[in-house]
Amino acid sequence: MEIMYFYLLAAVAVASGFMVVTCKSPVNNAIALMMTFVCLANFYVMLDAPFMAAIQIMVYAGAILMLIIFTIMLLNLGTAVARKGSHSVVWATVLALLIAMQGYFVINRGEVSGITGEITGEMVKKVGHTELIAKSLFTDFLLPFEIASILLLVAIVGAVIIAKKEV
Amino acid sequence: MITINHYLVLSAVLFSLGTFGVLTRKNAIVIFMCIELMLNAVNLSFISLSSHLGNMDGQIFVFFVMTVAAAEAAVGLALMIAFFRNRESIAVDDFSLLKW
Repeated sequence: MEIMYFYLLAAVAVASGFMVVTCKSPVNNAIALMMTFVCLANFYVMLDAPFMAAIQIMVYAGAILMLIIFTIMLLNLGTAVARKGSHSVVWATVLALLIAMQGYFVINRGEVSGITGEITGEMVKKVGHTELIAKSLFTDFLLPFEIASILLLVAIVGAVIIAKKEV
Repeated sequence: MITINHYLVLSAVLFSLGTFGVLTRKNAIVIFMCIELMLNAVNLSFISLSSHLGNMDGQIFVFFVMTVAAAEAAVGLALMIAFFRNRESIAVDDFSLLKW
């Protein structure tokens, strides 16, 4: 049952990922991208990471995609459609297939079974995923957390400065 | 039974789709969306390996990837608005000022 659900979601994710790449109108691309994000959030729930699924929906489907759609509408791209076709599709296909094959072979050669850490699905259900993340984030990863906050501050200031009328 | 390989193969497929989009499309916003797709594929493999190994570190890494993606979205889209103001276009072929 679960595997059927996995295949259904994977098919939707790959199909909407393909639409992100191929659709002509940027708004359609953005909607297809949102479909991919929601499918990935489903996968995160299936992988015992509900907090990650929640922030996937909030940050990606909520914030980033909204920003993209706002920009598309602000620039009024319907009038500025690319007049030529696309870059070389053949070479891009070759390269993308090479990357996929490489990933496939690496996966098939690797052996990651038999290693088990202390976090199990039952433990996540009992303690709570948010609590586990928070404990890890505020003890072992406190410095990266602070650096991330500075990065976000710099990004806010940079975005305001760059998008100003006269620099 | 869903194994880790299912997730990793799906992640590889999504990543190569994103690569294909970055290489073929000309609209800068669409290229940006394809980069987001690639980032999400990497996030999926991080989380699947993390829950497979029973270790929290991969999910913390995904947290930081999301932070960087949000910062990148803000700055990148501001850059596109600035470009559009100067060139009336966001096709990447028109961004050739730094090309020798």
